[in-house]
Amino acid sequence: MSANPAVQTSRAPGAAFILKKALVSAFVALVLFSLMIGVRTEAGPQGQLVYWTRFGDLAAMVGAVFGGSIIIELLRQWWGPVDTVKVVPASVQRGLSLAGRLLPPVLLVFTFLVPVLFYNERYILDLAILVLTYVMLGWGLNVVVGLAGLLDLGYVAFYAVGAYSYALLATNFGLSFWICLPLAGILAAFWGVLLGFPVLRLRGDYLAIVTLAFGEIIRLVLINWQSLTGGPNGVTGIPRPTLFGIPLSPADDGLAALLGIEFSPTHRIVFLFYIILALALLTNWVTIRLRRLPIGRAWEALREDEVACRALGINTTTTKLTAFATGAMFGGFAGAFFATRQGFISPESFTFHESALVLAIVVLGGMGSQLGVALAALTMIGGFELFRGLDQYRMLVFGMAMVLLMIWRPRGLIGHRAPTVFLKHSQAISSDLVKEGHG
Amino acid sequence: MSGNPILGVDRLSMRFGGIVAVNDLTFNAERRKITALIGPNGAGKTTVFNCITGFYKPTSGAMRLTHEDGRAIQLERLNDFRISKLAKVARTFQNIRLFPGMTALENLMVAQHNALMRASGLTFLGLIGAPSWRNAELAAIDLARTWLDRVGLLDRADDAAGNLPYGDQRRLEIARAMCTQPALLCLDEPAAGLNARESAALSELLLSIRAEHGTSILLIEHDMSVVMQISDHVVVMDHGVKIAEGTPREIRDDPKVIAAYLGADEEEAIAVMESGT
Repeated sequence: MSANPAVQTSRAPGAAFILKKALVSAFVALVLFSLMIGVRTEAGPQGQLVYWTRFGDLAAMVGAVFGGSIIIELLRQWWGPVDTVKVVPASVQRGLSLAGRLLPPVLLVFTFLVPVLFYNERYILDLAILVLTYVMLGWGLNVVVGLAGLLDLGYVAFYAVGAYSYALLATNFGLSFWICLPLAGILAAFWGVLLGFPVLRLRGDYLAIVTLAFGEIIRLVLINWQSLTGGPNGVTGIPRPTLFGIPLSPADDGLAALLGIEFSPTHRIVFLFYIILALALLTNWVTIRLRRLPIGRAWEALREDEVACRALGINTTTTKLTAFATGAMFGGFAGAFFATRQGFISPESFTFHESALVLAIVVLGGMGSQLGVALAALTMIGGFELFRGLDQYRMLVFGMAMVLLMIWRPRGLIGHRAPTVFLKHSQAISSDLVKEGHG
Repeated sequence: MSGNPILGVDRLSMRFGGIVAVNDLTFNAERRKITALIGPNGAGKTTVFNCITGFYKPTSGAMRLTHEDGRAIQLERLNDFRISKLAKVARTFQNIRLFPGMTALENLMVAQHNALMRASGLTFLGLIGAPSWRNAELAAIDLARTWLDRVGLLDRADDAAGNLPYGDQRRLEIARAMCTQPALLCLDEPAAGLNARESAALSELLLSIRAEHGTSILLIEHDMSVVMQISDHVVVMDHGVKIAEGTPREIRDDPKVIAAYLGADEEEAIAVMESGT
């Protein structure tokens, strides 16, 4: 990013500049790739070093860098400097804002219809459940990171607490999913508070590191407390959810038999789909309502300026704790759902990778934006599947897409903030003004 | 000095390591009066403010806030947020501290956090949308509207606070402090960065706050025209100690004060001597 956009706009770089930049990039690529791609070495049959040259590939690579550099530079000229605000015609703007308003209801209706539209495509149904799980996790973490501005790198801990709560309560005491679900949420919230108490006096990077450590501690405890959690073997035979006590099984007392229809395993998938949809929507509804309550406003105020909050008589410790507990509770719900969907859980499912993924969803979506988080979850999880055909280049393409997104939309897909209350008309607040929080 | 002070600061000292920022400071702020705390840069004025509002724990000394009903609170024993919540002391900051990404109205709603928190039944009543909560919220919006009107920002209620011009931000911060319905309002350089017309409007606002709400005001200010015009009582600090106190007129003629300002900054000394006439 250039430090001063005004300087850049005053002189657009000419052809000589573009060419020079492309040549420099090509030279760097040549130096870098001459050994990495230009020469290939392998151990021969007798253990000797065999090598051959691939100058054709090298030339192609350097050429691609040269061309790419020119294209990027031209794109940049066409687009303007990073912070340029394009003057969009009013009609287009109106159309865009209408599309923006219509998007959430359309998405919601489409989501409701997914099991109908894709009834026979198990793969899509499974993927949809996975996406919705991450939407829910994203919305849960959004409370902590997006609203309260507390960087939590150990969110997966609460996911794990929820999953193990349900798994252990169900397998040891035979409690049903619907009783365990609130218990899992409460337990996760309890752990959130427990972590919060010592940690919330820390700020910024320090808070991030301690939450990261907390996530690891939970995972290590799950691995090593063999007698309770089964250690690395995990918990198996976790019961499936029932519909008011009616199991979705081929048995005589199953739902299919009661309704007099033929049993199909898809029933359960569809049922699971609607459970996670309901849970995700509950998360969304509660978060939207909380934002308009004093507690939600206090979270956002905390993100904006903690000192000012204290000067206004807001108890920042309890405010942070409630944010942590609320986020953890939703993580716990999602964990319980995860356990009942998989039927088997082990500590392997709760690595740092998951925390990072959920955090990426929140950041990519635009911190604090519910719609943004949902879109980001769809992009991250769905998009990842989309690129499956690209095989080993999947990660590369994906990483590139994220880098591009962060260049053009540094505050996430939906960066602006909608006010929670207004006198005359609600107008979105530009992301430049909204703070990111500092721990 | 007469006998009904809202705030009594008694032998307040604040040390940071070897540096004595405030040394054995004693003064009173009268009820329903405007008390100004002035002094050259680095005299320790903001440190006194931070002690009163609980952002610093004083090294020694006592600060006693007496409410109208006679209830007395020792401020040095309370945490920062409790001072605002229980003792009803509100403050503004030298470098404005609004919530820039929230609208002007939202800023004033956050200020009513504690009252609204009770009304929303610690969130639970609010979550189910109980009528009592709705009424409380409407009342809160009404109060915010009143204050936005008072500071002339009603038109900009739905604008982000960070988008407001500097002078508006200053006034919004005062409105936000007033939305906590304080007994004592502490203003840290409210006229800093304002032009002459805005300063005059500010003086008027402060006088009307005192007249209509009976709020006592303690203010730090460098703008001598504001200080001389509205203060009932002036306390002068230099190097952490009180060097003089009295009415604006007495202060203006005090040789010690003039010396302190001359020692620190000639222009300020001349400003002290010439203003308020």
